Amino acid sequence: MELFINQVLAGVATGAIYACMALAVVMIYQAIDHLNFAQGEMAMFSTFISWQLMQWGVPYWWAFLLTLIISFAGGILIERVLFKPLAKAPILTNVAGFIALFAIINSVAGLTWDFTIKQYPTPFGSSPFLGSQLISTHQAGMIGVTLLMLLGLYLFFQFTRIGLAMRAAAALPESARLVGINTSWMIALGWGMASAIGAVAGILIAPVVFLEPNMMGGVLVYGFAAAVLGGLTSPLGAVVGGFLVGVFENLAGTYIPGVGNELKLPIALALIITVLVFKPAGLFGRAIVKRV
Amino acid sequence: MTALLNIKDLRAYYGQVQALHGLNFSLNEGSLTTLLGANGAGKTTTLRAICNMVRSTGAIEFEGAPLGSRSTESIVRLGIAHVPQGRGTFTTMTVEENLQLGAISRKDSAGIVSDIERMYAHFPVLKQRYTQQAGTLSGGEQQMLAVARALMLRPRLMLLDEPSFGLAPLIVRDLFKILGKINREDKVTILVVEQNAQLALELADQAYVIETGRIVMSGNAKDIANNEDVRKSYLGY
Repeated sequence: MELFINQVLAGVATGAIYACMALAVVMIYQAIDHLNFAQGEMAMFSTFISWQLMQWGVPYWWAFLLTLIISFAGGILIERVLFKPLAKAPILTNVAGFIALFAIINSVAGLTWDFTIKQYPTPFGSSPFLGSQLISTHQAGMIGVTLLMLLGLYLFFQFTRIGLAMRAAAALPESARLVGINTSWMIALGWGMASAIGAVAGILIAPVVFLEPNMMGGVLVYGFAAAVLGGLTSPLGAVVGGFLVGVFENLAGTYIPGVGNELKLPIALALIITVLVFKPAGLFGRAIVKRV
Repeated sequence: MTALLNIKDLRAYYGQVQALHGLNFSLNEGSLTTLLGANGAGKTTTLRAICNMVRSTGAIEFEGAPLGSRSTESIVRLGIAHVPQGRGTFTTMTVEENLQLGAISRKDSAGIVSDIERMYAHFPVLKQRYTQQAGTLSGGEQQMLAVARALMLRPRLMLLDEPSFGLAPLIVRDLFKILGKINREDKVTILVVEQNAQLALELADQAYVIETGRIVMSGNAKDIANNEDVRKSYLGY
């Protein structure tokens, strides 16, 4: 029983990271209708930036904050330079753009910081959380930071005018322009926020998977699985999907014979395919009530 | 009277296809003008061209200043509210959020709050449903919401694209009564595109008739309504 609870809690903790990645993916998907294959690499690069800042002697939380700001600006920059010109291009052009971005960021990170695995600090420590062996303080910190961020995002989208404008631009771009919303900038803002959310995910998972240019590869696949499971059109779904995928992945690795650590990733892929076949809209996918 | 909107030699294109062939017309400040025409005559295209939603050439002047190549959203911010065909309702959002969105470019939060109350007075049914998802409203209610959303901009000019489309005749009468009231009381200049020529001509003081991308007739709405050709082609008697 203790093993079960332990695995569930560990699953919730990594699920928090998947939730962040899924949320970042969904934010960009809502804005431009494409999956950002480079989301993980952007997060990895942000994590390296924070690591570099700490190497230069910046304290953890300052580095964290600075990295979020830099990532936000970087996300906007990427959208302006690379994806705004592709706005009306066919889907494959966009996919090629994402893959190019993936390769470029990965290589630049490797070139700048090389491919050796680096330790990444955690501000929460790794002792047992509240004296219990079930979960470590870092895992508890991951869950806490994620939930705080989600709450912040919820408040932003529900209760601020700019959040409302962003939702409108994502839902109906033409109508949004007709009430005077600059939809192009709303997309850029979405990129900036997605990039910052990804940075949080990268920074939180780095102490677990260690810092290196390929650290987010697997994480992004789980993020996609979470986003698909929850429904690509639903931020709430992405979050719930993230936690579900995290728990499911851990339990399958522990209890299904032969899965172990090595076969965890195919489980995510199997999950993506299963959801797409049987419930393409996902658990929370948009079910629009309409009367005509 | 001065012209609020002045259009000269407006030509519009969908890809290679030319939809408007040199339109000239103007809207007087405070007027209620209707643009009549059959399907495919270019009515919707005219409205879309005013808001730069379709490729066009020619000169459009609003309050004496050319709109040039301004983006749709910046044209709207000048005070031109456009209720598109199909109403453009944000169906997944609540009624109140739709109204908030109408005023999204305004900065005066106190004015916005009082304007929302004003809209609820104009359209009591919206007040009853303000927390409801806009997609669950009936067609008529959604059209009321679309007009209210446009008014939240405090526009100088309101463009309406077939507001009667798909609505029951009684509801259309209600709606047109409200449009007349808005025009008189709030001093909003209105251009309404309609297929329901009879009602539109009753409501409007000016009218233009458009055929295959050209204006073929213009004048006082009453004169147009009495015109033999218009009666035969658009009023059906």
